[in-house]
Amino acid sequence: MAAADHDHDHEDHDHGHGHGSELSPIEARVRALESLLVEKGYVEPAALDALIERYEHQVGPHNGARVVARAWVDPAYRARLLADATPAIAELGIGGRGGEHMVVVENTPDTHNLVVCTLCSCYPWPVLGLPPVWYKAPPYRARAVIDPRGVLAEFGVTLPDTTRITVWDSTAETRFMVLPMRPDGTETLDEAGLAALVTRDSMIGTGLPLSPEAAR
Amino acid sequence: MNGAQDLGGAHGFGPVEAEPDEPVFHAEWERRVFGLAMAMGFTGTWTLDGSRAVREALPPVEYLSSSYYEIWLKALEIQVAENGLCHPEEMRSGVSEAAPSPVKRVLAADQVAPLFDGGFPSDRPPAGPARFGVGDRIVARNIHPAGHTRLPRYVRGRPGIIERVHGAFVFPDAAADGKAAPPQWLYTAAFTAEDLWGESADPGGRVTIAAFESYLEPRA
Repeated sequence: MAAADHDHDHEDHDHGHGHGSELSPIEARVRALESLLVEKGYVEPAALDALIERYEHQVGPHNGARVVARAWVDPAYRARLLADATPAIAELGIGGRGGEHMVVVENTPDTHNLVVCTLCSCYPWPVLGLPPVWYKAPPYRARAVIDPRGVLAEFGVTLPDTTRITVWDSTAETRFMVLPMRPDGTETLDEAGLAALVTRDSMIGTGLPLSPEAAR
Repeated sequence: MNGAQDLGGAHGFGPVEAEPDEPVFHAEWERRVFGLAMAMGFTGTWTLDGSRAVREALPPVEYLSSSYYEIWLKALEIQVAENGLCHPEEMRSGVSEAAPSPVKRVLAADQVAPLFDGGFPSDRPPAGPARFGVGDRIVARNIHPAGHTRLPRYVRGRPGIIERVHGAFVFPDAAADGKAAPPQWLYTAAFTAEDLWGESADPGGRVTIAAFESYLEPRA
């Protein structure tokens, strides 16, 4: 029963109902399943903790931001990234589960790219981390393919009418990341300064990079 | 399957609601479900495609009224029971009443970083030459498999173009059932928004999917 004895006094949003002693039905259900799977020897509790730590704290959009910033400053890297993204991303020490087969698509004044998984939640984990709830929820999955401009408007993004939109539906193990356009006024920034402008949403296509002013 | 998971083009779900500064997990139980699903997947008792198949086979009303990690939890419970790893009564009590069934492997903590850094590639040596090349005109087949498939309904019967050839990959429709099947060539197939959505289309827009070879046929 080791797993059930773990101390998990984190900042959970759904713990407002009690004092840690009362479990909600779903908490009890998960606790029972975890205890059982551990007791049966199928799951090692320390491995669970390592998985959670990895995807909650280590893997995230800061990785993708490094890739984008490198592509902005290094044309040869950008070319390698667009031609064959997985090894190019691996050059920065980034890769793994959920990003074994990466494709990077480049925004230009003519074309804006938007990534979705209409069937589930496929998302490039090594560069962006685990997906936000909205990415996995029906409204985005339903509408990104039929009304991408309307979806972008809900994110506060208005593109010129002359910019065409390509939507990438992640229906296999190929995973997509958007290479956004480098903002104006960033000529003096170094790679780290550029990476700070690269938001998660700008790499999904539901946002644009921050301006240097907005990032301050 | 033509289930609730196949959402592309559906109406009525309302606006996209993004949460500012959203945490990775919203509750401790979500963390545990995520970790359990990853760790149990590693036991090799089922495939990733098998997990997707079980999640999308939840009754549509239940699928659409469950949160993401609730869907993961329900599917994991089903898989654990169906594969004889635990009895449903044990899952209710959380207490083991029977000896465990053997599993192929158990994930150790010190394996997490190397294994998940390396990933689990699903490309495979091709069984034969690719049927299509870049620029080929194709149509997505009008098929309605009752089992798992990665061909969304909104492209079925629609004309498109091959835009990229990715190589040969594990075929999910077969892998979901644990069936041996030859790897299939995987393509980026691009469709015009107009071909998919008619007069509702975003002008000049395109939608691409990653399409397995058997989802496609040539067109003149």
